[in-house]
Amino acid sequence: MDIRLEAIRHSYKDFEVLQDITLDIPAGRIVCIVGPSGCGKSTLLRLIGGLERPGGGRVLQVGAPPENCLNPLTYVFQDFALLPWRSVRGNISLVLEDHRIRGREARRIIDDVLARTKLTDFADALPKQLSGGMKQRVAIARALAVNPAVMLMDEPLSALDSQTRELLMDDLVSLWTRQPFTAVYVTHNLHEAVRLGHSIVVLSRRPGRIREIVEIDTPLEERQMGDADLDQKQKYLWQLMRDEARAADAELLNV
Amino acid sequence: MSDATLTPPADTAETRTIAFRGGGFAPRSQRWVGVAVFVVLILIAEWGTRAGWISALTLPRPSDVLKTFGELYSSGQLFKHLLPSLSRLAVGAAIGASVGVSVGILIGLFSYVRSGLVPLVAALFPIPKIALLPLFVIWFGIGEGSKYALIAFGTFTPTVVATYGAVDNVDRTLIRMGQSFGLSWFSIVRKIVLPGAMPGILSGLRISLAIAIILLVAAEMLGAEYGIGAYILQAGSLYDLERLFAGVVILSLLGVLVSAVIGAIERRVLGWRS
Repeated sequence: MDIRLEAIRHSYKDFEVLQDITLDIPAGRIVCIVGPSGCGKSTLLRLIGGLERPGGGRVLQVGAPPENCLNPLTYVFQDFALLPWRSVRGNISLVLEDHRIRGREARRIIDDVLARTKLTDFADALPKQLSGGMKQRVAIARALAVNPAVMLMDEPLSALDSQTRELLMDDLVSLWTRQPFTAVYVTHNLHEAVRLGHSIVVLSRRPGRIREIVEIDTPLEERQMGDADLDQKQKYLWQLMRDEARAADAELLNV
Repeated sequence: MSDATLTPPADTAETRTIAFRGGGFAPRSQRWVGVAVFVVLILIAEWGTRAGWISALTLPRPSDVLKTFGELYSSGQLFKHLLPSLSRLAVGAAIGASVGVSVGILIGLFSYVRSGLVPLVAALFPIPKIALLPLFVIWFGIGEGSKYALIAFGTFTPTVVATYGAVDNVDRTLIRMGQSFGLSWFSIVRKIVLPGAMPGILSGLRISLAIAIILLVAAEMLGAEYGIGAYILQAGSLYDLERLFAGVVILSLLGVLVSAVIGAIERRVLGWRS
């Protein structure tokens, strides 16, 4: 299942945040969206998943989601959004309960996603007992449990320290290589973008427009730290963004 | 300070330990201090009334209050007074709190209910419920009905305010998360909003139940033969300070008990809080 954005516009009151975004998100690929702060990249993600209504244009779903998909468009949030009163298992079971998946079937799905995210030993822990990286793993496991057609990841690693971030990137890469998933990955971190993105969409400062789409052909599992080609790409992305980022930083916030 | 054999001789500047200045502002509960405060106050009262610098008209002797309490217990009068009071408290507070929590949640969830009821609740809150007792007697009769109504009404308003405040404070990102996974409205309310509001609801309940105990005495002002409130009012009109205090002590103990029960519920239900 693909996602197609057609001439998306959006504004908050008189403030235009997105302008004429047309984009294809093909199945089985990770599309990263980068841009200076306040360029509307998180807004764009909320529009794609239907958490917000676009001011203009259309978000289209092309083709049908896979057979056993419970929730085609599934988010992974920056602040994890785990229920603090439920255990790891309970948090995952939350998203299955409404689909009448209980008992043995639920246990099978939960055990499977916990194993895939290396969380099997933490099934009965409460979120407050987990580190940030572990919490985000739980959130990823929860997203995998509904077998999404497209994962919408809103700066999923931004709340983590840089070492944990590296570890989680490795995990995401190995998850993807074992079973390719479609994802829209919003980040302000260019290193994450070149590591995880098959294509990288660079947005301009507000109102956000697509400035350029950078493709990276190196397979995900072959992207290593210090890879000259990737460094080149990252440098190029930073050049695209630097002036915009500086101007965005100097802007007065009156939202 | 400057010990030449220990400190490197590189420079002769004075060295000293940085003074600690980060203490305080972090109160912790010390279990026995509370008990000690009670004991000391009671001992002072006992000493004063025995020595004579507190006159018997000002304060009854604690040991006499205890004796009165003992008589009340051995004569079987204690439970004759306590049981009707407890049942009034339980029924009244249960009605008030459950209606209050439900209305509070509705206010927290629906714009029209909020716009319609928040001003009404604000208007009802400051009314001294005791002043309405005659009205309740006319509406619900001189029997138990008016007593239940008074206590229920008194617990209702603080519970509503605490509950909708608690619902407002539920983390919106958790609700968005629920929506993004396609949870039904009812599931979101039951599994995200309610547990998220629970800390606020329980701390509101602490206040409303204390108010319920206060109103118990008021409710027993009219047409109650038995009950702690009736007992206190009777003792008060006869200026029998020992009995008055014995009754007041029972109410205080009731308050401590209720607060302990809520504390236990909080530890059980809110163990997830860090």
